[in-house]
Amino acid sequence: MQDNNHQFDSEVKYGFSMPEKHVYRAKKGLNISVVKSISKLKREPLWMLEKRQKAYQYFLSKSMPNWGADLSLLDFDDITYFIRSTDKQVSSWEDLPSEIKMTYDRIGVPDAEKNFLSGVSAQYESEVVYESIQKELKKKGVIFCDMDTGLKMYPDIVRNYFGTLIPHTDNKFAALNTAVWSGGSFVYVPKGVRVELPLQAYFRMNAERFGQFERTLIIADEGSYVHYIEGCTAPIYTTSSLHSAVVEVFVKKGARVRYTTVQNWSKNVFNLVTKRAQTDENAIMEWVDCNLGSQATMKYPSVYLKGEHSKGEVLSIAFAGKNQHQDAGAKMIHFAPHTSSRIISKSISKEGGRTSYRGLIQILKGAHDTHSYVSCDALLLDEKSRSDTYPTMRTKEQEVEVQHEATVEKIGEEKLFYLQSRGINKYDAEGLLVNGFIDPIAKEIPLEYSIELNRLINLEMSGSIG
Amino acid sequence: MLEVTNLSVSVGRKLILQNLSYIFEQNKTYVLMGPNGSGKSTFAQTIMGHPQYEIDTYSRIFFNKENITSYPVEKRATSGIFLSLQTPLSLGGITVFQLLRVVLKGKKDALSLKREIMKLAKRLNISQEVLNRSLNQGASGGEKKKMEVLQAGILKPKLAIFDEVDTGVDIDALKTISSYLRHFKKNKTIIFITHNSRILDYIQPDKVLILKNGLIIKDGDADLLSFIEKKGFDKL
Repeated sequence: MQDNNHQFDSEVKYGFSMPEKHVYRAKKGLNISVVKSISKLKREPLWMLEKRQKAYQYFLSKSMPNWGADLSLLDFDDITYFIRSTDKQVSSWEDLPSEIKMTYDRIGVPDAEKNFLSGVSAQYESEVVYESIQKELKKKGVIFCDMDTGLKMYPDIVRNYFGTLIPHTDNKFAALNTAVWSGGSFVYVPKGVRVELPLQAYFRMNAERFGQFERTLIIADEGSYVHYIEGCTAPIYTTSSLHSAVVEVFVKKGARVRYTTVQNWSKNVFNLVTKRAQTDENAIMEWVDCNLGSQATMKYPSVYLKGEHSKGEVLSIAFAGKNQHQDAGAKMIHFAPHTSSRIISKSISKEGGRTSYRGLIQILKGAHDTHSYVSCDALLLDEKSRSDTYPTMRTKEQEVEVQHEATVEKIGEEKLFYLQSRGINKYDAEGLLVNGFIDPIAKEIPLEYSIELNRLINLEMSGSIG
Repeated sequence: MLEVTNLSVSVGRKLILQNLSYIFEQNKTYVLMGPNGSGKSTFAQTIMGHPQYEIDTYSRIFFNKENITSYPVEKRATSGIFLSLQTPLSLGGITVFQLLRVVLKGKKDALSLKREIMKLAKRLNISQEVLNRSLNQGASGGEKKKMEVLQAGILKPKLAIFDEVDTGVDIDALKTISSYLRHFKKNKTIIFITHNSRILDYIQPDKVLILKNGLIIKDGDADLLSFIEKKGFDKL
């Protein structure tokens, strides 16, 4: 019954339900023939098919996690594992099927995104911009395409890295993703190349970009730099209730990668994502992760600090409203000496929503002179809401410095009174306080996205939705 | 302008203001003094509508002839009442500009608001660094009170209550604040709540009120101040 309510809510909230147009749609439910037909339809090499099959077997053999968010309402048989809504990839807004365009019009795709896609800007048409960016990237030898194309065009690179950092045996949902993945991004940045503009997923428009089982692989070669943004602040409407992505990032010697996520899933979705990066010597990996929406999220971006003097950082924001549970955190595994990590987590719970910080700092034998700093702050907007912290620390070394700070704060009557005494109503005052609370992280996000994030939080706070 | 009749206010079971009635006239400057615990801040917060205070059913607050007794806080503010807090709170991640921008949404564009803030900050000797910081975070006593005054200056209320704007402020800051307020008080009703008469060396009040045990026990002109300075509240 509760589940039906969720469904109903999301329908009302976004106020639309567009007819779906698709070329191929697998039957609901998962079995080996679905796995095989996904691979066949994509004309994949044999090794990928075998990987998928192995992963599927592993998925079957693993039981559901008995920790984290409550996943008992997740029904694997009620999910469509593969939909191809247009048979070829489109490269411009104009080429999108009108239903999809209308859908995004209605839910309000971020302006930056829409302006870009619709070619609003006076001098350039979207395709011109898209192509000039691609041309620019190509000149530098940067590969930026969707994962399916990546596999077709660069099978050797993909084969070398795919599933090596997050093998299908990592967890049940990584296995599921490996078995049925579709879409996602493939990025390769050659040695010494700095990509100045952030690579944004919306530059490579395709029908599968909001796929439920995205698979992303980023390789930043020695001394390179790239900022990848997986952003969609518009509520990502999906009729399916499961999003299970896998993201692997390889940061080579002296390279730096920043991966920013701003996502707002519709409130029927289970968002179960595995993200991991590996840093070589002197490399830097930064995850900026903003989670809104969804019914339950379980997501713990991690960095395997393999090379000496490498650094890892996770900045995360989680917002849980009514009937939502955001179980988010980070993992930092120090393999090498002189490595450092930093985790800053901010969570907000409202109307009985629940947030959990779940973190792991692990310092392996030999990883001496390492440094780790964890700070998690929770903000509770009312008495019904809940926040928990589950920090785990394992260290096999003596010469290490680990700091952990945690605070739980309630929006106090005095702060509200102060803002209200200036003429601000209660909702706006709460919105202002929440935005102030996440400000240290919001600052790290490109301006257009932080504005959207700000707007989204105000919308959540105003109670006009949900 | 501001009229309170039979104002009785309690917190929990403790009665703090007792049947207080008074008319504050338009464009006059008042000083409200009294010993600790006499109910001065309670009076200020009650006028602003702080939810912590319980008002007796007979009590009435009129502002410009409008009965605002049951108005929520923000409606009192938008009607033209401003309260400068005795201990201004710090607001993480919110600058004074962001705060005022929300208040003046749709009334003033961001650019001219920014200009106005900069101008006033200069006058109040508030550094750019303090201006760009989270409001009142890591600020000195003087900086906090200046930020309150700055907000008053931008919001231009009809009635402004300054609760101990002179406390925790060094002499230079006090001079800066009072020289601004001397100009600010024109065409406004002002109530200064204070413990000492230092600020009154700079600002001439029209009336001095003495609050004791939740009652106005005396009102008079500025001469009343010198009497209190010499004899204290006990002799009243």
